Amino acid sequence: MKAVVTVIGKDMVGILAKVAGDCADKNANVYEVTQSVLDGYFCMVMVINIEDLSCQLDELEMHIRASVPDMVVRVMHEDIFNSMHRI
Amino acid sequence: MLNLNDIMETITMIQEENLDIRTITMGISLLDCAHSDIDISCEKVYNKIYEKAKDLVKTGEYIEKKYGIPIVNKRVSVTPISMLVAVSGGDPVKYALTLDKVAKDIGINFIGGYSALVQKGFSAGDKELIASIPRALSLTDMVCSSVNIGSTKAGINMDAVALMGRIVRESAKLTQDKQCIGAAKLVVFCNAPEDNPFMAGAFHGVGEPDVVLNVGVSGPGVVRAALAKLPDDAPLNEVAELIKKTAFKITRMGQLVGSEASKMLNVPFGIIDLSLAPTPAIGDSVAHILEEIGLEQCGAHGTTAALAMLNDAVKKGGVMASSSVGGLSGAFIPVSEDAGMIAAARDGVLSIEKLEAMTAVCSVGLDMIVVPGDTTSETISAIIADEAAIGMVNSKTTAVRLIPAIGVEDGSELDFGGLLGSGPIMKVNTKSPSKMISRGGRIPAPLQSLKN
Repeated sequence: MKAVVTVIGKDMVGILAKVAGDCADKNANVYEVTQSVLDGYFCMVMVINIEDLSCQLDELEMHIRASVPDMVVRVMHEDIFNSMHRI
Repeated sequence: MLNLNDIMETITMIQEENLDIRTITMGISLLDCAHSDIDISCEKVYNKIYEKAKDLVKTGEYIEKKYGIPIVNKRVSVTPISMLVAVSGGDPVKYALTLDKVAKDIGINFIGGYSALVQKGFSAGDKELIASIPRALSLTDMVCSSVNIGSTKAGINMDAVALMGRIVRESAKLTQDKQCIGAAKLVVFCNAPEDNPFMAGAFHGVGEPDVVLNVGVSGPGVVRAALAKLPDDAPLNEVAELIKKTAFKITRMGQLVGSEASKMLNVPFGIIDLSLAPTPAIGDSVAHILEEIGLEQCGAHGTTAALAMLNDAVKKGGVMASSSVGGLSGAFIPVSEDAGMIAAARDGVLSIEKLEAMTAVCSVGLDMIVVPGDTTSETISAIIADEAAIGMVNSKTTAVRLIPAIGVEDGSELDFGGLLGSGPIMKVNTKSPSKMISRGGRIPAPLQSLKN
Protein backbone atom coordinates (compact mmCIF):
# COMPACT_ATOMS: atom_id res chain seq x y z
CA MET A 1 0.00 0.00 0.00
CA LYS A 2 1.30 3.39 -0.96
CA ALA A 3 0.26 6.96 -0.36
CA VAL A 4 1.13 10.17 -2.15
CA VAL A 5 2.34 13.22 -0.23
CA THR A 6 2.21 16.52 -2.08
CA VAL A 7 3.68 19.72 -0.73
CA ILE A 8 3.20 23.00 -2.55
CA GLY A 9 4.15 26.51 -1.52
CA LYS A 10 6.87 29.17 -1.43
CA ASP A 11 10.33 27.67 -1.65
CA MET A 12 12.50 27.74 1.46
CA VAL A 13 15.35 25.85 3.06
CA GLY A 14 14.74 22.36 4.43
CA ILE A 15 11.26 21.44 3.21
CA LEU A 16 12.29 18.08 1.81
CA ALA A 17 14.31 17.30 4.93
CA LYS A 18 11.45 18.17 7.25
CA VAL A 19 8.81 16.22 5.32
CA ALA A 20 11.08 13.19 4.97
CA GLY A 21 11.81 13.37 8.69
CA ASP A 22 8.07 13.48 9.47
CA CYS A 23 7.51 10.39 7.32
CA ALA A 24 10.29 8.58 9.15
CA ASP A 25 8.75 9.56 12.51
CA LYS A 26 5.61 7.67 11.52
CA ASN A 27 7.49 4.72 10.05
CA ALA A 28 6.69 5.47 6.40
CA ASN A 29 9.37 4.47 3.91
CA VAL A 30 9.95 6.96 1.09
CA TYR A 31 9.92 5.25 -2.32
CA GLU A 32 10.22 8.13 -4.66
CA VAL A 33 10.49 11.90 -4.64
CA THR A 34 9.93 14.33 -7.48
CA GLN A 35 10.34 18.00 -6.87
CA SER A 36 10.62 21.15 -8.86
CA VAL A 37 10.82 24.85 -8.20
CA LEU A 38 8.87 26.94 -10.67
CA ASP A 39 8.93 30.70 -10.38
CA GLY A 40 9.85 30.48 -6.70
CA TYR A 41 7.12 27.96 -5.98
CA PHE A 42 8.14 24.65 -4.56
CA CYS A 43 6.23 21.57 -5.62
CA MET A 44 7.08 18.15 -4.30
CA VAL A 45 5.41 14.81 -4.82
CA MET A 46 6.56 11.97 -2.61
CA VAL A 47 5.39 8.36 -2.87
CA ILE A 48 5.62 6.55 0.46
CA ASN A 49 5.00 3.04 1.70
CA ILE A 50 2.27 2.98 4.35
CA GLU A 51 2.22 -0.76 5.08
CA ASP A 52 3.81 -0.22 8.48
CA LEU A 53 2.62 3.31 9.14
CA SER A 54 2.34 3.88 12.87
CA CYS A 55 -0.67 6.21 12.62
CA GLN A 56 -3.65 7.07 10.40
CA LEU A 57 -3.06 8.94 7.13
CA ASP A 58 -4.71 12.10 8.38
CA GLU A 59 -2.46 12.12 11.44
CA LEU A 60 0.57 11.96 9.17
CA GLU A 61 -0.87 14.88 7.20
CA MET A 62 -1.32 16.91 10.40
CA HIS A 63 2.19 16.01 11.49
CA ILE A 64 3.69 17.26 8.22
CA ARG A 65 1.52 20.39 8.21
CA ALA A 66 2.77 21.28 11.66
CA SER A 67 6.40 21.17 10.55
CA VAL A 68 5.90 23.13 7.29
CA PRO A 69 3.02 25.41 8.31
CA ASP A 70 3.17 27.74 5.29
CA MET A 71 2.83 24.97 2.72
CA VAL A 72 -0.23 23.24 1.28
CA VAL A 73 0.15 19.62 2.28
CA ARG A 74 -1.96 16.65 1.20
CA VAL A 75 -1.57 12.98 1.99
CA MET A 76 -3.78 10.73 -0.11
CA HIS A 77 -4.02 6.99 -0.61
CA GLU A 78 -2.69 5.96 -4.04
CA ASP A 79 -5.97 4.24 -5.00
CA ILE A 80 -7.65 7.54 -5.78
CA PHE A 81 -5.09 8.31 -8.48
CA ASN A 82 -5.12 4.77 -9.84
CA SER A 83 -8.88 4.63 -10.07
CA MET A 84 -9.16 8.04 -11.68
CA HIS A 85 -6.45 7.70 -14.30
CA ARG A 86 -6.26 3.96 -15.05
CA ILE A 87 -8.85 1.73 -16.65
CA MET B 1 3.26 3.64 -11.85
CA LEU B 2 1.86 6.95 -10.76
CA ASN B 3 2.32 9.84 -13.13
CA LEU B 4 3.15 13.30 -11.81
CA ASN B 5 0.68 15.05 -14.12
CA ASP B 6 -2.13 12.72 -13.07
CA ILE B 7 -1.40 13.38 -9.41
CA MET B 8 -1.41 17.13 -9.89
CA GLU B 9 -4.59 16.95 -11.98
CA THR B 10 -6.47 15.13 -9.23
CA ILE B 11 -5.25 17.51 -6.56
CA THR B 12 -6.16 20.58 -8.63
CA MET B 13 -9.64 19.16 -9.21
CA ILE B 14 -10.22 18.79 -5.49
CA GLN B 15 -8.47 21.92 -4.31
CA GLU B 16 -9.25 24.49 -6.98
CA GLU B 17 -12.28 23.15 -8.81
CA ASN B 18 -14.55 21.97 -5.97
CA LEU B 19 -14.52 18.32 -6.93
CA ASP B 20 -16.33 16.34 -4.28
CA ILE B 21 -18.47 13.34 -3.59
CA ARG B 22 -21.80 15.07 -3.11
CA THR B 23 -23.41 12.36 -1.07
CA ILE B 24 -23.28 8.82 0.15
CA THR B 25 -26.86 7.82 0.76
CA MET B 26 -27.85 4.66 2.56
CA GLY B 27 -31.18 3.28 1.43
CA ILE B 28 -33.00 1.37 4.15
CA SER B 29 -36.18 -0.63 3.71
CA LEU B 30 -38.71 -0.09 6.48
CA LEU B 31 -41.19 -2.68 5.25
CA ASP B 32 -40.36 -4.95 8.19
CA CYS B 33 -41.11 -2.11 10.63
CA ALA B 34 -44.78 -1.88 9.72
CA HIS B 35 -47.07 -2.48 12.70
CA SER B 36 -50.73 -1.80 13.33
CA ASP B 37 -49.81 0.33 16.36
CA ILE B 38 -48.17 3.54 15.13
CA ASP B 39 -46.04 3.98 18.26
CA ILE B 40 -44.56 0.49 17.98
CA SER B 41 -44.04 1.11 14.26
CA CYS B 42 -42.16 4.35 14.99
CA GLU B 43 -39.99 2.61 17.56
CA LYS B 44 -39.09 -0.10 15.06
CA VAL B 45 -38.31 2.54 12.43
CA TYR B 46 -35.99 4.36 14.84
CA ASN B 47 -34.21 1.17 15.84
CA LYS B 48 -33.71 -0.13 12.32
CA ILE B 49 -32.35 3.14 10.92
CA TYR B 50 -30.12 3.64 13.95
CA GLU B 51 -28.79 0.10 13.74
CA LYS B 52 -28.04 0.19 10.01
CA ALA B 53 -26.78 3.74 9.63
CA LYS B 54 -25.05 4.48 12.92
CA ASP B 55 -21.60 4.16 11.34
CA LEU B 56 -22.43 5.97 8.10
CA VAL B 57 -21.02 9.34 9.14
CA LYS B 58 -17.93 7.80 10.73
CA THR B 59 -17.24 5.71 7.63
CA GLY B 60 -17.71 8.72 5.37
CA GLU B 61 -15.26 10.74 7.42
CA TYR B 62 -12.72 7.93 7.39
CA ILE B 63 -12.83 7.71 3.59
CA GLU B 64 -12.57 11.49 3.30
CA LYS B 65 -9.35 11.38 5.25
CA LYS B 66 -7.92 8.36 3.49
CA TYR B 67 -8.34 9.72 -0.02
CA GLY B 68 -8.33 13.42 0.74
CA ILE B 69 -11.65 13.90 -1.05
CA PRO B 70 -14.54 15.74 0.60
CA ILE B 71 -17.80 13.81 1.02
CA VAL B 72 -20.20 16.67 1.50
CA ASN B 73 -23.31 14.84 2.67
CA LYS B 74 -24.13 11.63 4.43
CA ARG B 75 -27.80 10.81 4.07
CA VAL B 76 -30.39 8.13 4.53
CA SER B 77 -33.38 7.32 2.33
CA VAL B 78 -36.20 5.07 3.47
CA THR B 79 -39.22 3.21 2.11
CA PRO B 80 -42.05 5.63 1.28
CA ILE B 81 -43.64 6.30 4.67
CA SER B 82 -47.16 6.17 3.18
CA MET B 83 -46.76 2.38 3.14
CA LEU B 84 -46.23 2.32 6.90
CA VAL B 85 -49.13 4.71 7.40
CA ALA B 86 -51.28 2.29 5.42
CA VAL B 87 -50.67 -0.39 8.04
CA SER B 88 -50.55 1.67 11.22
CA GLY B 89 -53.00 4.49 10.58
CA GLY B 90 -52.65 7.38 13.03
CA ASP B 91 -50.96 10.75 12.57
CA PRO B 92 -48.19 10.38 9.93
CA VAL B 93 -46.29 13.31 11.47
CA LYS B 94 -45.20 10.89 14.21
CA TYR B 95 -43.09 9.15 11.57
CA ALA B 96 -41.61 12.47 10.46
CA LEU B 97 -40.60 13.29 14.02
CA THR B 98 -39.08 9.82 14.40
CA LEU B 99 -37.08 10.22 11.19
CA ASP B 100 -35.92 13.66 12.28
CA LYS B 101 -34.81 12.38 15.66
CA VAL B 102 -32.87 9.41 14.30
CA ALA B 103 -31.26 11.62 11.64
CA LYS B 104 -30.03 13.98 14.34
CA ASP B 105 -28.88 11.12 16.57
CA ILE B 106 -26.72 9.51 13.88
CA GLY B 107 -25.48 12.89 12.63
CA ILE B 108 -26.57 12.73 8.99
CA ASN B 109 -27.50 15.78 6.91
CA PHE B 110 -30.87 14.76 5.48
CA ILE B 111 -33.30 11.87 5.56
CA GLY B 112 -35.61 11.28 2.60
CA GLY B 113 -38.64 9.11 2.13
CA TYR B 114 -41.56 10.99 3.67
CA SER B 115 -43.12 10.04 0.39
CA ALA B 116 -46.07 8.61 -1.44
CA LEU B 117 -46.32 7.07 -4.91
CA VAL B 118 -49.70 7.93 -6.39
CA GLN B 119 -49.12 8.01 -10.16
CA LYS B 120 -52.18 5.90 -10.87
CA GLY B 121 -54.29 6.58 -7.81
CA PHE B 122 -54.35 6.83 -4.04
CA SER B 123 -54.18 3.75 -1.87
CA ALA B 124 -54.41 3.43 1.91
CA GLY B 125 -52.16 5.89 3.71
CA ASP B 126 -51.36 8.04 0.65
CA LYS B 127 -53.87 10.84 1.19
CA GLU B 128 -53.18 10.97 4.93
CA LEU B 129 -49.46 11.24 4.32
CA ILE B 130 -49.78 13.89 1.62
CA ALA B 131 -52.10 15.97 3.80
CA SER B 132 -49.56 15.84 6.62
CA ILE B 133 -46.56 16.96 4.53
CA PRO B 134 -46.75 20.71 5.30
CA ARG B 135 -46.95 20.06 9.04
CA ALA B 136 -44.24 17.39 8.92
CA LEU B 137 -41.85 19.69 7.07
CA SER B 138 -42.53 22.60 9.42
CA LEU B 139 -41.91 20.52 12.55
CA THR B 140 -38.70 18.85 11.37
CA ASP B 141 -35.29 19.98 10.11
CA MET B 142 -33.85 16.96 8.33
CA VAL B 143 -36.86 15.28 6.76
CA CYS B 144 -37.38 15.52 3.00
CA SER B 145 -40.57 14.65 1.23
CA SER B 146 -41.51 13.62 -2.29
CA VAL B 147 -44.64 12.56 -4.11
CA ASN B 148 -44.71 10.78 -7.45
CA ILE B 149 -47.78 11.93 -9.37
CA GLY B 150 -47.12 10.50 -12.81
CA SER B 151 -45.19 8.02 -14.90
CA THR B 152 -44.81 6.99 -18.52
CA LYS B 153 -46.50 3.70 -17.70
CA ALA B 154 -49.40 5.12 -15.69
CA GLY B 155 -50.04 8.61 -17.02
CA ILE B 156 -50.58 11.59 -14.74
CA ASN B 157 -52.84 11.51 -11.69
CA MET B 158 -54.42 14.95 -12.02
CA ASP B 159 -56.24 14.66 -8.68
CA ALA B 160 -52.84 14.33 -7.06
CA VAL B 161 -51.52 17.22 -9.15
CA ALA B 162 -54.35 19.45 -7.93
CA LEU B 163 -53.71 18.35 -4.36
CA MET B 164 -49.95 18.97 -4.58
CA GLY B 165 -50.47 22.56 -5.74
CA ARG B 166 -52.19 23.20 -2.41
CA ILE B 167 -49.65 21.19 -0.43
CA VAL B 168 -46.70 23.12 -1.91
CA ARG B 169 -48.34 26.43 -0.97
CA GLU B 170 -49.20 25.25 2.50
CA SER B 171 -45.67 23.92 3.08
CA ALA B 172 -44.32 27.37 2.27
CA LYS B 173 -46.96 29.09 4.38
CA LEU B 174 -46.28 27.06 7.52
CA THR B 175 -42.59 27.91 7.27
CA GLN B 176 -43.13 31.53 6.30
CA ASP B 177 -40.95 32.69 9.21
CA LYS B 178 -38.11 30.44 7.98
CA GLN B 179 -37.82 31.65 4.37
CA CYS B 180 -40.64 29.27 3.31
CA ILE B 181 -38.10 26.43 3.57
CA GLY B 182 -40.78 23.74 3.88
CA ALA B 183 -41.42 23.91 0.15
CA ALA B 184 -37.67 23.56 -0.54
CA LYS B 185 -37.76 20.11 1.05
CA LEU B 186 -40.68 18.86 -1.06
CA VAL B 187 -40.37 17.44 -4.59
CA VAL B 188 -43.19 16.45 -6.91
CA PHE B 189 -42.03 13.78 -9.36
CA CYS B 190 -42.98 12.15 -12.60
CA ASN B 191 -41.10 8.86 -13.16
CA ALA B 192 -39.36 9.08 -9.77
CA PRO B 193 -36.25 6.88 -9.64
CA GLU B 194 -36.18 4.39 -6.76
CA ASP B 195 -32.44 4.59 -6.16
CA ASN B 196 -31.81 8.33 -6.28
CA PRO B 197 -29.26 9.41 -3.65
CA PHE B 198 -29.96 13.14 -4.06
CA MET B 199 -32.29 15.14 -1.83
CA ALA B 200 -34.98 16.23 -1.51
CA GLY B 201 -36.29 13.46 -3.77
CA ALA B 202 -34.51 10.41 -2.37
CA PHE B 203 -36.56 7.45 -1.19
CA HIS B 204 -35.87 3.74 -1.01
CA GLY B 205 -37.93 1.95 -3.64
CA VAL B 206 -39.78 -1.26 -2.88
CA GLY B 207 -37.76 -3.18 -5.47
CA GLU B 208 -34.50 -2.34 -3.70
CA PRO B 209 -32.62 -4.65 -1.32
CA ASP B 210 -33.06 -4.35 2.45
CA VAL B 211 -30.14 -1.96 2.76
CA VAL B 212 -28.07 -0.44 -0.04
CA LEU B 213 -25.50 2.28 -0.50
CA ASN B 214 -25.83 4.78 -3.34
CA VAL B 215 -23.32 7.47 -4.21
CA GLY B 216 -23.86 10.83 -5.86
CA VAL B 217 -20.83 12.44 -7.47
CA SER B 218 -20.54 16.02 -8.51
CA GLY B 219 -18.08 18.35 -10.16
CA PRO B 220 -19.45 21.14 -12.36
CA GLY B 221 -16.32 23.15 -11.47
CA VAL B 222 -14.06 20.45 -12.87
CA VAL B 223 -15.94 20.32 -16.17
CA ARG B 224 -15.91 24.09 -16.48
CA ALA B 225 -12.18 24.29 -15.75
CA ALA B 226 -11.46 21.58 -18.33
CA LEU B 227 -13.52 23.42 -20.96
CA ALA B 228 -11.78 26.71 -20.16
CA LYS B 229 -8.54 25.19 -21.43
CA LEU B 230 -10.03 24.40 -24.85
CA PRO B 231 -9.43 26.92 -27.63
CA ASP B 232 -12.45 29.14 -28.41
CA ASP B 233 -12.77 27.70 -31.90
CA ALA B 234 -12.77 24.02 -30.86
CA PRO B 235 -15.77 22.33 -32.52
CA LEU B 236 -18.59 21.10 -30.30
CA ASN B 237 -17.78 17.43 -30.84
CA GLU B 238 -14.42 18.12 -29.18
CA VAL B 239 -16.18 19.93 -26.37
CA ALA B 240 -18.44 16.90 -25.86
CA GLU B 241 -15.45 14.59 -25.94
CA LEU B 242 -13.71 16.58 -23.21
CA ILE B 243 -16.82 16.59 -21.03
CA LYS B 244 -17.01 12.82 -21.46
CA LYS B 245 -13.41 12.30 -20.38
CA THR B 246 -13.85 14.54 -17.37
CA ALA B 247 -17.09 12.83 -16.35
CA PHE B 248 -15.27 9.51 -16.59
CA LYS B 249 -12.62 10.62 -14.10
CA ILE B 250 -15.14 12.07 -11.68
CA THR B 251 -17.23 8.92 -11.76
CA ARG B 252 -14.25 6.64 -11.21
CA MET B 253 -13.66 8.43 -7.97
CA GLY B 254 -17.30 7.94 -6.97
CA GLN B 255 -16.98 4.26 -7.76
CA LEU B 256 -13.91 4.00 -5.55
CA VAL B 257 -15.59 5.76 -2.63
CA GLY B 258 -18.83 3.80 -3.05
CA SER B 259 -17.19 0.41 -3.16
CA GLU B 260 -14.93 1.22 -0.22
CA ALA B 261 -17.84 2.52 1.88
CA SER B 262 -20.04 -0.44 1.05
CA LYS B 263 -17.25 -2.83 2.05
CA MET B 264 -16.66 -1.02 5.34
CA LEU B 265 -20.35 -0.86 6.20
CA ASN B 266 -21.00 -4.37 4.92
CA VAL B 267 -23.86 -3.14 2.79
CA PRO B 268 -24.28 -3.89 -0.94
CA PHE B 269 -23.23 -1.12 -3.30
CA GLY B 270 -26.20 0.12 -5.30
CA ILE B 271 -25.56 2.72 -7.94
CA ILE B 272 -23.56 5.79 -8.76
CA ASP B 273 -25.61 8.79 -9.67
CA LEU B 274 -23.26 10.71 -11.91
CA SER B 275 -24.85 14.08 -11.73
CA LEU B 276 -23.38 17.50 -12.17
CA ALA B 277 -24.91 18.98 -9.05
CA PRO B 278 -24.08 22.65 -8.59
CA THR B 279 -23.64 24.45 -5.29
CA PRO B 280 -23.87 28.19 -4.65
CA ALA B 281 -20.07 28.26 -4.25
CA ILE B 282 -18.20 30.26 -6.87
CA GLY B 283 -16.87 27.96 -9.59
CA ASP B 284 -19.35 25.16 -8.93
CA SER B 285 -22.05 26.13 -11.38
CA VAL B 286 -23.70 24.28 -14.27
CA ALA B 287 -24.74 27.63 -15.78
CA HIS B 288 -21.08 28.60 -15.98
CA ILE B 289 -20.33 25.42 -17.97
CA LEU B 290 -22.99 26.44 -20.48
CA GLU B 291 -21.44 29.90 -20.61
CA GLU B 292 -18.00 28.36 -21.08
CA ILE B 293 -19.37 26.41 -24.05
CA GLY B 294 -20.13 29.75 -25.62
CA LEU B 295 -23.23 31.54 -24.34
CA GLU B 296 -23.08 35.11 -23.10
CA GLN B 297 -25.32 34.12 -20.22
CA CYS B 298 -27.29 31.03 -19.27
CA GLY B 299 -30.83 31.43 -20.57
CA ALA B 300 -29.80 32.83 -23.95
CA HIS B 301 -31.00 31.02 -27.07
CA GLY B 302 -28.76 28.00 -27.47
CA THR B 303 -28.94 27.10 -23.79
CA THR B 304 -31.15 24.06 -24.40
CA ALA B 305 -28.84 22.68 -27.09
CA ALA B 306 -25.74 23.22 -24.95
CA LEU B 307 -27.41 21.57 -21.97
CA ALA B 308 -28.55 18.60 -24.08
CA MET B 309 -24.98 18.02 -25.18
CA LEU B 310 -23.62 18.42 -21.66
CA ASN B 311 -26.18 16.04 -20.17
CA ASP B 312 -25.54 13.37 -22.77
CA ALA B 313 -21.75 13.64 -22.59
CA VAL B 314 -21.82 13.34 -18.78
CA LYS B 315 -23.77 10.09 -19.06
CA LYS B 316 -21.56 8.65 -21.78
CA GLY B 317 -18.42 9.38 -19.80
CA GLY B 318 -19.81 8.10 -16.56
CA VAL B 319 -21.38 4.89 -17.78
CA MET B 320 -18.09 3.20 -18.55
CA ALA B 321 -16.52 4.37 -15.32
CA SER B 322 -18.97 2.68 -13.03
CA SER B 323 -20.21 -0.85 -12.55
CA SER B 324 -23.74 0.41 -12.10
CA VAL B 325 -25.22 3.77 -12.93
CA GLY B 326 -28.64 4.88 -11.81
CA GLY B 327 -30.57 7.57 -10.00
CA LEU B 328 -31.01 10.78 -11.90
CA SER B 329 -27.61 10.91 -13.66
CA GLY B 330 -27.12 14.00 -15.78
CA ALA B 331 -26.92 17.74 -15.20
CA PHE B 332 -28.97 19.43 -12.49
CA ILE B 333 -30.32 22.92 -12.94
CA PRO B 334 -31.58 24.02 -9.50
CA VAL B 335 -31.82 27.79 -9.76
CA SER B 336 -31.15 28.82 -6.16
CA GLU B 337 -28.24 26.38 -5.79
CA ASP B 338 -26.28 27.60 -8.79
CA ALA B 339 -24.41 30.92 -8.78
CA GLY B 340 -24.71 31.28 -12.57
CA MET B 341 -28.43 30.49 -12.61
CA ILE B 342 -29.08 32.94 -9.77
CA ALA B 343 -27.27 35.67 -11.70
CA ALA B 344 -29.17 34.86 -14.91
CA ALA B 345 -32.52 34.87 -13.08
CA ARG B 346 -31.69 38.17 -11.39
CA ASP B 347 -30.82 39.72 -14.73
CA GLY B 348 -34.10 38.49 -16.19
CA VAL B 349 -32.23 36.41 -18.79
CA LEU B 350 -33.49 33.10 -17.44
CA SER B 351 -37.25 32.61 -17.32
CA ILE B 352 -39.37 29.74 -16.04
CA GLU B 353 -40.41 29.01 -19.62
CA LYS B 354 -36.77 28.62 -20.68
CA LEU B 355 -36.09 26.43 -17.66
CA GLU B 356 -39.02 24.25 -18.63
CA ALA B 357 -37.53 23.74 -22.09
CA MET B 358 -34.18 22.91 -20.49
CA THR B 359 -35.77 20.24 -18.32
CA ALA B 360 -36.76 18.33 -21.45
CA VAL B 361 -33.09 17.60 -22.12
CA CYS B 362 -31.50 17.36 -18.67
CA SER B 363 -31.85 15.04 -15.76
CA VAL B 364 -34.36 16.71 -13.48
CA GLY B 365 -36.94 19.44 -13.65
CA LEU B 366 -37.99 22.85 -12.39
CA ASP B 367 -35.86 22.80 -9.32
CA MET B 368 -35.49 25.31 -6.49
CA ILE B 369 -37.39 28.09 -8.18
CA VAL B 370 -38.79 30.90 -6.06
CA VAL B 371 -42.18 32.08 -7.35
CA PRO B 372 -44.30 35.03 -6.16
CA GLY B 373 -46.15 34.48 -2.88
CA ASP B 374 -49.50 35.14 -4.50
CA THR B 375 -49.09 32.35 -7.08
CA THR B 376 -52.29 30.34 -6.81
CA SER B 377 -52.28 26.65 -5.98
CA GLU B 378 -53.94 26.01 -9.38
CA THR B 379 -51.03 27.67 -11.17
CA ILE B 380 -48.55 25.61 -9.15
CA SER B 381 -50.54 22.49 -10.05
CA ALA B 382 -50.47 23.48 -13.70
CA ILE B 383 -46.70 23.97 -13.60
CA ILE B 384 -46.44 20.50 -12.04
CA ALA B 385 -48.69 19.07 -14.78
CA ASP B 386 -46.63 20.67 -17.57
CA GLU B 387 -43.43 19.32 -16.14
CA ALA B 388 -44.90 15.86 -15.53
CA ALA B 389 -46.10 15.81 -19.15
CA ILE B 390 -42.52 16.38 -20.35
CA GLY B 391 -41.34 13.50 -18.18
CA MET B 392 -44.19 11.20 -19.13
CA VAL B 393 -43.82 11.64 -22.88
CA ASN B 394 -40.02 11.51 -22.90
CA SER B 395 -39.79 8.51 -20.54
CA LYS B 396 -37.59 10.47 -18.18
CA THR B 397 -37.66 11.75 -14.64
CA THR B 398 -38.95 15.25 -14.17
CA ALA B 399 -39.60 17.01 -10.91
CA VAL B 400 -40.93 20.25 -9.55
CA ARG B 401 -39.61 21.99 -6.47
CA LEU B 402 -41.14 25.46 -6.33
CA ILE B 403 -40.99 27.76 -3.34
CA PRO B 404 -43.84 30.26 -3.19
CA ALA B 405 -42.37 33.28 -1.39
CA ILE B 406 -45.33 33.81 0.88
CA GLY B 407 -45.17 37.03 2.86
CA VAL B 408 -42.20 38.29 0.84
CA GLU B 409 -42.41 41.36 -1.39
CA ASP B 410 -41.91 41.01 -5.14
CA GLY B 411 -38.43 41.98 -6.16
CA SER B 412 -36.79 40.59 -3.04
CA GLU B 413 -35.13 37.21 -2.55
CA LEU B 414 -35.32 34.14 -0.37
CA ASP B 415 -32.14 32.94 1.30
CA PHE B 416 -32.17 29.34 2.54
CA GLY B 417 -28.50 29.19 3.43
CA GLY B 418 -26.10 26.31 2.90
CA LEU B 419 -26.36 24.12 -0.19
CA LEU B 420 -29.95 25.25 -0.84
CA GLY B 421 -28.65 28.73 -1.65
CA SER B 422 -30.77 31.77 -2.39
CA GLY B 423 -32.92 32.91 -5.25
CA PRO B 424 -34.78 35.86 -6.67
CA ILE B 425 -38.53 35.64 -7.16
CA MET B 426 -39.19 34.62 -10.77
CA LYS B 427 -42.15 35.78 -12.83
CA VAL B 428 -44.98 33.33 -13.40
CA ASN B 429 -47.66 33.51 -16.10
CA THR B 430 -50.77 34.54 -14.15
CA LYS B 431 -53.51 33.45 -16.59
CA SER B 432 -55.69 30.95 -14.76
CA PRO B 433 -55.53 27.20 -15.47
CA SER B 434 -58.08 26.51 -12.73
CA LYS B 435 -60.78 24.98 -14.96
CA MET B 436 -58.38 22.35 -16.24
CA ILE B 437 -56.96 21.62 -12.79
CA SER B 438 -60.38 21.34 -11.15
CA ARG B 439 -61.40 18.68 -13.69
CA GLY B 440 -59.15 16.21 -11.87
CA GLY B 441 -59.09 12.64 -13.13
CA ARG B 442 -56.14 11.19 -14.96
CA ILE B 443 -54.18 11.93 -18.10
CA PRO B 444 -53.94 8.48 -19.68
CA ALA B 445 -50.56 6.88 -20.24
CA PRO B 446 -49.07 7.91 -23.59
CA LEU B 447 -48.41 5.65 -26.52
CA GLN B 448 -44.77 5.44 -25.39
CA SER B 449 -45.95 3.23 -22.52
CA LEU B 450 -46.99 0.43 -24.86
CA LYS B 451 -43.59 -1.11 -25.38
CA ASN B 452 -44.28 -4.72 -24.51
